[in-house]
Amino acid sequence: MKSEMTRRTFLQQSSLVIAAATFSNSISLFNASLARGASSLPFKPHAFLEISTDDTVTVWVGQTNLGQGTHTGIPMIIADELDADWETVQVKMALAAEPFKSPVWHAQATGGSSSIRHRWDLLRKVGAAARQMLVEAAAGKWGIDGKKCVAREGKVLHPDGRSLTYGQLAQAAAKRPVPENPTLKAPKEYRIIGTPRKRLDIPEKVMGKTVFGMDFNVPGMCIAVVARPPRYGASLQSYDEKAALAVKGVVNVVPLEGRVAVCAETTYAAIKGREALDVRWSGASHPDLDDDAIDAVFKAHLEKSGAVAEKRGDTAKALANADKTLAQSYKLPYISHAQVEPINCTAHVEKTRCRIWMPTQGQTATQSTTAKLTGLPVEKVEVMTLPAGGGFGLRGEQDAVVDSVLLSKSLNRPVKVIWTREDDFANDRFRPASQCNIKAGLDKDGKVIAWSHKVAAPSVMSRLMPQAVQNGIDPDAVHGLGDMPYAFTNLNVNYAMVDLPITVGWWRSVGYSVNAFAVESFMDELAHAAGKDPVAFRLAHMEKGSRAHGVLSLAAEKGGWNLPVPEGRARGVAVTACFESFAAHMAEVSVGEKGSIRVHRIVCAIDCGTAVYPDAIRAQAESGVIMGLSTAFYEKIRFSDGGVKTANYDEYRVLTISEVPEIEVYIAENDLKAGGVGEPVFPSVAPAVANAIFKATGVRLRELPFRRELLVKSG
Amino acid sequence: MVTLTVNGEKKQVDVSPETPLLWVLRDNLGFTSVKYTCGIAECGMCTVLINGEAQRSCVVSVKDAEGSDITTIEGLPDDHPVKVAWIEKQVPQCGYCQPGIMLQTVDFLSRVPNPSEAQIAEAMDNVICRCGSHPRMKKAIRLAAEMTAKQGG
Repeated sequence: MKSEMTRRTFLQQSSLVIAAATFSNSISLFNASLARGASSLPFKPHAFLEISTDDTVTVWVGQTNLGQGTHTGIPMIIADELDADWETVQVKMALAAEPFKSPVWHAQATGGSSSIRHRWDLLRKVGAAARQMLVEAAAGKWGIDGKKCVAREGKVLHPDGRSLTYGQLAQAAAKRPVPENPTLKAPKEYRIIGTPRKRLDIPEKVMGKTVFGMDFNVPGMCIAVVARPPRYGASLQSYDEKAALAVKGVVNVVPLEGRVAVCAETTYAAIKGREALDVRWSGASHPDLDDDAIDAVFKAHLEKSGAVAEKRGDTAKALANADKTLAQSYKLPYISHAQVEPINCTAHVEKTRCRIWMPTQGQTATQSTTAKLTGLPVEKVEVMTLPAGGGFGLRGEQDAVVDSVLLSKSLNRPVKVIWTREDDFANDRFRPASQCNIKAGLDKDGKVIAWSHKVAAPSVMSRLMPQAVQNGIDPDAVHGLGDMPYAFTNLNVNYAMVDLPITVGWWRSVGYSVNAFAVESFMDELAHAAGKDPVAFRLAHMEKGSRAHGVLSLAAEKGGWNLPVPEGRARGVAVTACFESFAAHMAEVSVGEKGSIRVHRIVCAIDCGTAVYPDAIRAQAESGVIMGLSTAFYEKIRFSDGGVKTANYDEYRVLTISEVPEIEVYIAENDLKAGGVGEPVFPSVAPAVANAIFKATGVRLRELPFRRELLVKSG
Repeated sequence: MVTLTVNGEKKQVDVSPETPLLWVLRDNLGFTSVKYTCGIAECGMCTVLINGEAQRSCVVSVKDAEGSDITTIEGLPDDHPVKVAWIEKQVPQCGYCQPGIMLQTVDFLSRVPNPSEAQIAEAMDNVICRCGSHPRMKKAIRLAAEMTAKQGG
């Protein structure tokens, strides 16, 4: 806390006046208040919070707005501790800066459902410190003891009924020291946290005024598309520069390492210019790489010895002594983020600074990438995060940063690099495919006494955080295995790192999203093998009173697990624990004669500690269900001839409205530390549906996307 | 030179006639609410109203749009029932797909003023929303229909 406060003081003096940028569309997106006259200097006790003399409370947010609700949730936390009048609160996106870094990761990034859970204490302290300073300022003006004053809805109240608004107190409060340990509210005192609020960013989105990265425009800018290798390992052989330059609007053709950029005055000209470029590429490094070859590589890896990721008890011995053993394999494909706004980045490299405008999920990474390319110090890289049209983990990647910075440097003007949809599918950093073999033993009472899990998957962290990969273990690849919510005495987790040229990256819920399908499907198989009810069987392997136990019980209770199932339908459940939260899903499905699956209803229960912004939690839970069903039914990237075959949405179906079931969301009520939301609501969707399909048909679907042909009744 | 009528205003642009309307609206005229996503009329994010009919501007040439009334989301009044319903039901997440989806809704409700759940699902099944705002979309379409009925009656 002490270093944090020291940093705040430093910030008050320096980085709060980060240079303002001029935007062609006149939106003010910068973290500064330069326009104000000296007589109305705002009160800014922390980079997060500014109170103007006109009573406006501005919360500066460093987290990316991907529509997840944190641009309202974060202001709600600060405003509650501040005792602000919610009607006066506005939110603004800040330039990337030190105080917006995660206190856990020491980097500014939006991912891992971390926006609030990493800042739970910090955000409350910012609000509480400002409130204390305002109260002290009022007490000083009135010449009374601060303890006699009360802060309420944007005012400090005198015991005699007089009051001063926060705006009236701003300048006096600004002169007071920032308290080291302000008193935080007790949860029962919350007036804004946990209440229904309208999202602050929605009106602009509905009016079409939100400027996403693709929409950004800065004077003098040109737009670039880049021809990239169409197959892994293909190198640039030749291209027709003249033909591209002959396209009206094309201004430059710039070769980069192993790729070529076409820069134009308009996006369409850049795209047409690239078509005219007629680039010739060499063959692929893995010319035989296709879906079947990839499958064979995974299968071969499952035969390898691998590395030990978790070893608890004596699994081999327990398996040998088991009353019954069960062994099964599960398989998941590479999938795309398929976020709707294609990747893009606008950069302007100048002599003494570089400005970046981008819907990035990785501000610190973007700053360091740019610093390396330009030779500028990190603090001279001004990253303005624009609203993102989806992200799901892909937007921390630096490809478009590299290209736009190199091009701006070369052309000496601002350059916006955009990916077409085809570029996006071809160059995505996919969610890793995965295959696993699991073997477990039951004792004669039907309890799991041993679980042996072998998973083969590519490694995300080897590329993005190599220092985290130790002894052949990518921690992300085994998430949800060693830390599954069941208390098994004997557990072996073994990991074989698959090495293929296909690049993989973070994808919503990362390792959990993959491994939960196998774990929760196999738990269901075990329950049936033991002749037990799937909910009771899971609960029997959890610590009573644990949050996982609680959330599964909540889903079962609210979903009516023990009540009769409507005619023709069947139910399945699954549960996961991740990102400091707990979630369970119950699915209700019916299956037609020809293998058609209809999901009628999904019940989601989540325990994410203090529910800061319940409506956003519900929205995220709806989102998790729909994306989960989409991966269960459709999503799979296809490969052929050494490269990515899937090119556009016509070949990559995502779930649409006619297949969206009734979704019910139940939020566990407690006042624990706020946990993650966006990611925990995803992993248990697909297995809950697979488990319901088994209950309906007796057919176990062990592969994503589901192979519906397995459900067609023969004869 | 091509002359377009966008939200009731005439605009002249110097582009070749086969240029997709999408890019002219975005790059030449600054209507960035019309979104680029797939470029092959699969997703519905570039939808505009052409003489009141929802069309995907990525596959309409600027020449074919000449002489028609083009409406983007900015062309609907702020208190249009679809906009009001979209805010009331808190539909958008990232929001990128919403202007196109809302314009398709305007066209749909003009033809089917009191749609059933099944009609909504059928009419809106050809658009993509990756965030999963569909449950709220359904509610907002119902609300917009009710509001329109009240205004009309």
